[in-house]
Amino acid sequence: MNIVVCVKQVPDTELERSLVPGDNTVNRASADGVINYLDEFAIEAGLQLAEAHGGEVTILSMGPAKAAESIRKALSMGADKAVHVIDDALAGSDALATSLALAEALKAVGFELVIFGSESTDARTGMVPAMVAERLGVPQLTLASKVDISGTDVTIRRLTDDGYQVVTGSLPAVVSVVEKANEPRYPTFKGIMAAKKKPVQVLSLTDLNLDAGSVGLTGAASWVEDFAARPPRQAGVVVKDEGDGGAKAAGFLAERKFI
Amino acid sequence: MTEVLVLAEHTADGEVKKVTLELLTAAKRLGAPSVVWAGPGAESAAARLGEYGAEKVYAADSADFADYPVAPAAELLAQLVGQVSPAAVLVAGTTEGKEIAGRLAVKTGSGVLTDAVNVTAGDNGAPLAEQPNFGGSITVHSTVKAGTPIIAVRPNAISPEASPGAGAVEAVSFVASDAAKSARVTERVVAEKGERPDLTEAQIVVSGGRGTGSADGFGIIEKLADSLGAAVGASRAVTDAGWYPHAFQVGQTGKTVSPQLYVAVGISGAIQHRAGMQTSKTIMAVNKDPEAPIFEIADYGVVGDLFQVLPQLIDEISKHKG
Repeated sequence: MNIVVCVKQVPDTELERSLVPGDNTVNRASADGVINYLDEFAIEAGLQLAEAHGGEVTILSMGPAKAAESIRKALSMGADKAVHVIDDALAGSDALATSLALAEALKAVGFELVIFGSESTDARTGMVPAMVAERLGVPQLTLASKVDISGTDVTIRRLTDDGYQVVTGSLPAVVSVVEKANEPRYPTFKGIMAAKKKPVQVLSLTDLNLDAGSVGLTGAASWVEDFAARPPRQAGVVVKDEGDGGAKAAGFLAERKFI
Repeated sequence: MTEVLVLAEHTADGEVKKVTLELLTAAKRLGAPSVVWAGPGAESAAARLGEYGAEKVYAADSADFADYPVAPAAELLAQLVGQVSPAAVLVAGTTEGKEIAGRLAVKTGSGVLTDAVNVTAGDNGAPLAEQPNFGGSITVHSTVKAGTPIIAVRPNAISPEASPGAGAVEAVSFVASDAAKSARVTERVVAEKGERPDLTEAQIVVSGGRGTGSADGFGIIEKLADSLGAAVGASRAVTDAGWYPHAFQVGQTGKTVSPQLYVAVGISGAIQHRAGMQTSKTIMAVNKDPEAPIFEIADYGVVGDLFQVLPQLIDEISKHKG
């Protein structure tokens, strides 16, 4: 089975993140780039499915030159090869443009199963997997906490606001997984060494037959007008429990009319 | 006045969810709200929708919306966008709502904004969305430059305001395409939450963290929640350990909540967790570690053992109720 896992490099969520004044895009230059934490579950799901059913795992990532580091990390976890979509004109792409570039890359590379993380930790729109499924005209099997393949049927547990649904579709399909899906493996030393020799194909917009005006900031259908740091929350009163902590807390709730 | 389409969120038995009323309140600022009702039950919901400003209710009574996730609802909205050329389309910013918004954006070549906590009419009356970014550390204002603006609005962010509208039901004939029926629901399992309110819609949320120590220990979080009529949330440490179901996780990789009151118990307040709750109006924290970062953002904090503090708090609350 030909499995393609989509991976995004994002600013580290453990560190301060910012936007660039002027074009109001995510500041990727100043931040340490890491694999979107939620994509690690997608990589693991791809590797497990390939181990169980045979086939190859390809990493697909769209991003600047720096994203090559995250691609290598994904390869060191055990993926077979990678495709890096890179073009200056892609900078500042919104979800709509990102889904366009990814869908075209998937058509160019070929796929039976596409796996995404549930969302990126920077933009957090959670829309790209659904948008790519729409563009490719294949079943959308997203927000999966469990993925099973039997023949050409893919069955997932789709997390909903109040529980889960069992949802089934046929290959080729687009899947997204949530963090309950598995426990991502760490790269081994052997894996890290092997990753250095694995092939990474580079694709530009020209390779994808896409017009620069249809993506990036110039093609963006949504626009950030302005941004401001949220005023920091002020710390309030902190009391020590001396046998009366519960009563004091109740006093606060009563004062604020919650009880 | 130009119509603004609002995709109704409702339960399987046709009860209008509160977020739908919030969407209507936002829609009213942009034009004449028209509800899009996917599934059965529009007739009985129309009066309630009218109370909050719905002029029309487009009713597409089909079982396809329940049997096939996301795609049929996006198709229905695309059909109506073609028919009525609305000023905007508003959907609930739930995981499913955002996916519907995404597919609709592709179908109509439109810009889409997610996680809006406020929507107002900007220059030329076009919608301007306010969005918290990076877990609420930055606030941005965004607009749409192409197509019909599609906005996913975070539940519980806008206060619903009653405002009479005609609420006239108009049946829509809709047939889902085969492509929209390529992913089929074969089973539904609802997590047991008893009579508690929905996590993202609740006025009060009580969340427990690692400090609860075990699935048994977490029981006291449910007791406090029930004494306050609150929803129960959990930190990632708790759901990872399997002490409480994943559906209740609050944080960067779980649900984002903005209740009137958020009570964090035994939660240190790491950045991952804060990203999901720091836009709450009031925050109260109980933690035995005085250095826990949660105290930096709490309006009221109690340093102490949660198993000592909570029973007393629950007792005081019940006394207060009389």
